[in-house]
Amino acid sequence: MTPYDVSDDVIEVVRSPSPSPVAGAYRAFGETLRGLKTTFMRIPEGPVTIQYPEEKTPVYPRFRGRHKLHRFEDTGLEKCVGCSLCAAACPADCIRVVAAENTPENRVSAGERYAAVYEINLSRCIFCGYCEVACPFDAITMGHDYEMSDYTRSDLIFTKEMLLAEAIERTPLRREGE
Amino acid sequence: MTALAEVNYFEPWWVQIIKSLVIFAVVFAILPVLIVYERKLLGRFQARYGPNRVGPFGLLQPVAEIVKFAMKEPFRTTTSIGFLFRLAPVISIITAVAALALIPWGDVQHIFGQRVGLYGIDVSIGPLYVFALGGISFYGIMLGGWASGSKYSFLGAMRGAAQLISYEVSQSLSIVGVIITAQTLSLTGIVHAQEDLWYFIPQFAGFIVFLVASFAETNRAPFDLIEADTELVGGYFTEYAGTPFVAYLFAEYANMIVVSGIAATIFLGGWLLPFGIHPPGWVDPFVVLAKILLVFSFFVWVRATLPRLRYDQLMSLGWKILLPLATLNLLVTAIVVAS
Repeated sequence: MTPYDVSDDVIEVVRSPSPSPVAGAYRAFGETLRGLKTTFMRIPEGPVTIQYPEEKTPVYPRFRGRHKLHRFEDTGLEKCVGCSLCAAACPADCIRVVAAENTPENRVSAGERYAAVYEINLSRCIFCGYCEVACPFDAITMGHDYEMSDYTRSDLIFTKEMLLAEAIERTPLRREGE
Repeated sequence: MTALAEVNYFEPWWVQIIKSLVIFAVVFAILPVLIVYERKLLGRFQARYGPNRVGPFGLLQPVAEIVKFAMKEPFRTTTSIGFLFRLAPVISIITAVAALALIPWGDVQHIFGQRVGLYGIDVSIGPLYVFALGGISFYGIMLGGWASGSKYSFLGAMRGAAQLISYEVSQSLSIVGVIITAQTLSLTGIVHAQEDLWYFIPQFAGFIVFLVASFAETNRAPFDLIEADTELVGGYFTEYAGTPFVAYLFAEYANMIVVSGIAATIFLGGWLLPFGIHPPGWVDPFVVLAKILLVFSFFVWVRATLPRLRYDQLMSLGWKILLPLATLNLLVTAIVVAS
């Protein structure tokens, strides 16, 4: 008596018929040559590598990179009025806004108040773009920068001045239809 | 008393020493470049660049890597056998370098009134000497794997022993056809016999068998079961780091130069050029080097293409296909030569 009862539900393995010697030789030799041709054809095509630090991948116009704060072009006043709606919308809770009143001597923004402190903790930001959607004055938008690595975490907390400044190096933008 | 092998040397002893030093220096200067060349070519086959950051075109990559390896801490496992563990890479590299002496880089030249053969030594047992050293080089792999005291190294070494022994048979048989056609075992003699027709045309089957067996002999893909990094970590040199590892690496590439050189000498006409072109003697080494690079590039091309064979496939290819093919080639050649 066998220790295992081989019942009916054991399925026999169905294998493809083994090739004849000629077919086997063709499979071994012909297919090898085909493979060699495949790899050889990669040489005239050239590499597809993008040499990253020198050569950057262009981004799409709607790419959500590092944030930017904006000013009015004519008056130079900040668009941000310190309403904190972006901070409320932020799911990662990475925006901190402290608002202050505009005075006639010190007029920073076009509205009643302005953001005295505007910080984005980029190490927490998930680049969802909800802040951009929430902003009633288009004061904050998502830029195209994606190179934000730094040596310490505190360096990744971007202040208002940093967010208002133009990016030092422009990220290449994909052309229409590219 | 008769000598076991006739050695044709007519140079004074100091020329021999200079020759050996020059061959050693040149080959070991080529080796790092060859490693970069392989990686760059491999990259091109896979639509990427390969190393191109260190130095111009990445040529200083091996310098950076050798410095890195030399700085590594000497390390061995507690289960390893110290003496053998240190000895094994030395055996590997000595056999690889000793085999280099046989490759003929050119014909006999007259340099400063001296007759100098552009080869290390011309012995009447040519290929046998290379195969004998190839046989000794097993010990480098076997002892390295065994003395490491690690399962993976041991498995790699076992595979290596079985693979090298089975493929050495086909490799040796595949060139017997050439030897009985050329009627000599001297490698320079074989080159001289190819003045009219390079042997890879009449001995095409032998050429193919020799190339395939050479892949296995030098542990190259698709026969790199010895290293098999996906299953055995690194095979016989899993436990090696630093300079002993570099010794194994250089031995592997020196072996590839030897095998490419033997293939170029025996089948591709050595320093001869086709269409009856007879350049001056100093061109010969460059012709040989170009042919070695050609064979080496083929090695890289195959490595970029074929996946690693399973162990039973390896054995059945060696014993059921290559060995009968080599024997058949030998038989047909013998009948043609005799008739």
